[in-house]
Amino acid sequence: MNPVIKIILQRLALGLLTLFIVSIVIFAAVNMLPGDFAEAILGQGATPEAVAAIRRDLGLDQDPVTRYLQWLAGALQGDLGNSFAQANFASFVGDDSGVRTTVAQQIAPRFANTMFLAGVTAAIAVPFAVTLGVLAALYRNSVFDKVANISTLTSISSPEFFLAYVLILFLAVLNPLLPSLSNIYADMGFAERLQKTLLPALTLTLVVTAHMMRMTRAAIINLLASPYIEMARLKGIKPMRVIVHHALPNALAPIINVIALNLAYLITGVVVVEVVFVYPGIGQLFVDSVKIRDIPVVQACCLIFAAAYILLNLTADILSILSNPRLRHPK
Amino acid sequence: MSTVLWSLGAIVVLLAGGWVMRLAGQSLTGNKPFFRDMPLAVAFGYVLGAALLLFGIWYYFQPAVTADGVPVASVQFFRWAVQGVLIGAAAAFVFRLIGRTLGTAGSRKMFRQMPLTAAFGVLVILIYALLAIFAPALAPHGQEEVFGQANIVPGGNPALGGNPDFPLGTDQIGRDILSRLIYGAQNTVGIAFATTLLAFVLGGTFGFLAATLRGWMDQVLSRMVDVLMAIPSLIFSLLLITVASAWVSGFGLTVAMVVIIAVIDSTRVFRLARAVGMNIVVMDYIEAAKLRGEGLPYLIFREILPNATAPLLAEFGLRFCFVFLTISALSFLGLGIQPPLADWGTMVKDLSAFINYASFAPLAASVPLLAAGAIALLTVAVNFVVDWMLNRSSGLKD
Repeated sequence: MNPVIKIILQRLALGLLTLFIVSIVIFAAVNMLPGDFAEAILGQGATPEAVAAIRRDLGLDQDPVTRYLQWLAGALQGDLGNSFAQANFASFVGDDSGVRTTVAQQIAPRFANTMFLAGVTAAIAVPFAVTLGVLAALYRNSVFDKVANISTLTSISSPEFFLAYVLILFLAVLNPLLPSLSNIYADMGFAERLQKTLLPALTLTLVVTAHMMRMTRAAIINLLASPYIEMARLKGIKPMRVIVHHALPNALAPIINVIALNLAYLITGVVVVEVVFVYPGIGQLFVDSVKIRDIPVVQACCLIFAAAYILLNLTADILSILSNPRLRHPK
Repeated sequence: MSTVLWSLGAIVVLLAGGWVMRLAGQSLTGNKPFFRDMPLAVAFGYVLGAALLLFGIWYYFQPAVTADGVPVASVQFFRWAVQGVLIGAAAAFVFRLIGRTLGTAGSRKMFRQMPLTAAFGVLVILIYALLAIFAPALAPHGQEEVFGQANIVPGGNPALGGNPDFPLGTDQIGRDILSRLIYGAQNTVGIAFATTLLAFVLGGTFGFLAATLRGWMDQVLSRMVDVLMAIPSLIFSLLLITVASAWVSGFGLTVAMVVIIAVIDSTRVFRLARAVGMNIVVMDYIEAAKLRGEGLPYLIFREILPNATAPLLAEFGLRFCFVFLTISALSFLGLGIQPPLADWGTMVKDLSAFINYASFAPLAASVPLLAAGAIALLTVAVNFVVDWMLNRSSGLKD
C-alpha cells in the first residue's frame, strides 16, 4: 500500500479513537454530578414519586454503562436527547401529547450559524494573514515588520471581548457602519446576513490573523538560510520571487498546520464573541445551557466542539503529510 | 459602491505619489542604491505610511468639542489612544534610562540591550505587581463597599452628575469603580498567578516523573494528557464548571475554577516538562546521582528542576497570559471569579452597556474599556517580555 494512504488511515483511526475516549470523558464528567438530573430539575422539595417518574422518563434508572451506550448510539444517529430546559415532562404531568424540543433541533440551526461565522472569518483571515506574513518576511526588520510585530502581539494578547468592544465602539457606535447586535433569522438574505455577521467575524479575524501571520513569517524566515534559497538569490532572482516561488512551497506544511490550528481555535474563540454580539450560534447556546445547567445540551455542545476540534487537527495532520513531497513520492 | 471607487482612487493616487517620491529621491541623491533599487511596492508603503501619519496628526488636532459644546467622541477617543501610546512609550524610555544608569553592572548591561517594548513590558508588570500588593492602601474605598448612589457618572463633575469622591463613578449597585479596578489587580492577577503556579507544580512534577521513570508510568500519564488535550480547553473548563456549580457556589466556585483550569492547563506544562526532562535524564550527572543512591524526589527537584528552569520560565510567562485570558473570559461569561470579589472580566460584562453612550458621554463609555484594557495591557506586557527573552536566548537575528 502507498505509505501516504497508510499514514492517513492510521491518523483517521487514531482520530476516531480519540473522539470515542473524549466522549467517555465528557459523559463521565457529567455523571460526577451529585444526586442526579431528576433532583436537579425538581429542586430540593421534590417528592420521591416525582423524582422516580422523571428518572424513568429520562432513563436515569439504568446503570451508567447502558446509558453511555444509549447516548453514544443516539449521538451517532443525530439524536442527542431532550433538552431539560424545554422538556415538558409528559409522563409526569399525565399528558402525552406535548411536543418536546430535542437537543438536535435546538443545535442544528445554531450550528449552521456558527459555521457561517467561522466561514466568513476564515475567508477574510486566511488570505490576509498569509499575505501579511509573506510581506513581513520579505521586509523583515524594516519599520513595517516592527509595526506588524507590535500590533500582532497586541491583538494576540488582548481578550476577545476587548477587541469586540473596541470594534463596536468605532464601527457601530461612533460611526454607525455595522450593526452591533447580530440578530440573525433563518429566512434572511445572504447580503443582510453577511452584514450582520461582519462585526463578529472581524473580531475573530483580528484574533486569529495575528497568530497565523506570525507563524507564516517565522516559517518562511526559518527557510531563508537554506542552500537553495542562497542559490536562488545568487542567480539574481528578485526577493519577492525567491519567497513566493522557493520559500513558500517549502513552508506550506507549517503554514497549513497553523491555519488549521487557528480554525480550531475559532471554535473556542467563537464562544465569547457570540456572547458579546448576541450572535445566535452554538457558543451562545452552550454558555446559556451551562448557566441553567441544561446537561443534555451542554453535553452535546461539548461533544460537537470536541469533534470539530479533533477533525480540524486531523485535517492539519493529513494536509501537512500530503504537502510533503518526500512522503508523496517514496523511493 | 462609492466606497470601493474612493479606495481604488486613493490607491492610484498613493501609487503615483510613491513613483514620484522614488523619482525625486533618485534624482536628488544622485541615484543612491536605496532609491535606485526600491520597488514600487515599497515606495507605495512609505507614501501610505506618511499619509496615515499626516492624517493622524491632522485628526488629533481637530476640535474635540463642537461650537455648541457637544463632544466629538471619535476625536476624543483618538486623542486618548494617542496620548496613551505616547505616555507609555515615554515612560518606558525613562524607565530604561534609569535602568541603564542605576543598579549593578549586570542589570545595566541588560537594560542597555533591551528594546523599548521589553522595557515597557517590565515597567507595566512592576506597576501591576505594586498595585496588586498595595491595593488595600491605594484604593479609596473597599471593593465590596456599596454606596447609596448607583450609576454615578465618571469625571467627578457634580454639574454632569459626577461626584468627586468617585472619580470613575459607581457601578450599577453603587460600588466605587476606581477601587474595584485597583482591587481587580489583586484578584484577577492574583488568582491567575496562583492558577498558573498550581498548573506548573502539577504539570512539572508529573512531567519530570514521566521523564525519569519512563515505562508504563510515562505511557499512562502521556495518554491521559493526550485525551485531555483533545478537548478545547475553554469548552472543557466550562463543562467542568457546570458540574462544579452543582456542588459549590460563590467563593467555593472560584476555588473550583482555579483547580479546574490548573488541571487542564497542566497538560501543556506536562508536555514541555516531559520533553525537557527527557533531554536532562540522559546526562551524566543524573547517572552519577542515581549511582550515589539518591531518591526520586532528590533527582526531580535537585537535579532536573534547576537545569530546566530557563525553558520553564519562558513557558510560565506564556501560560500565565493564557490562564489570565481564560479566567477573564470565564468571568466575562459570568462563570469565573464570583462576586463580590472585584474582577475585571466581570466588570466589563456589567459595564458593557455604557459603550452605547459613547457618542455623547465618551468618559462613561471608556470605563468598560478601561477594565478590558487592563487585562489586555498586562498580557501585552508579559508577551513583550517573553518575546524579548526568547529572542535573546535563541539568538534569532535574521
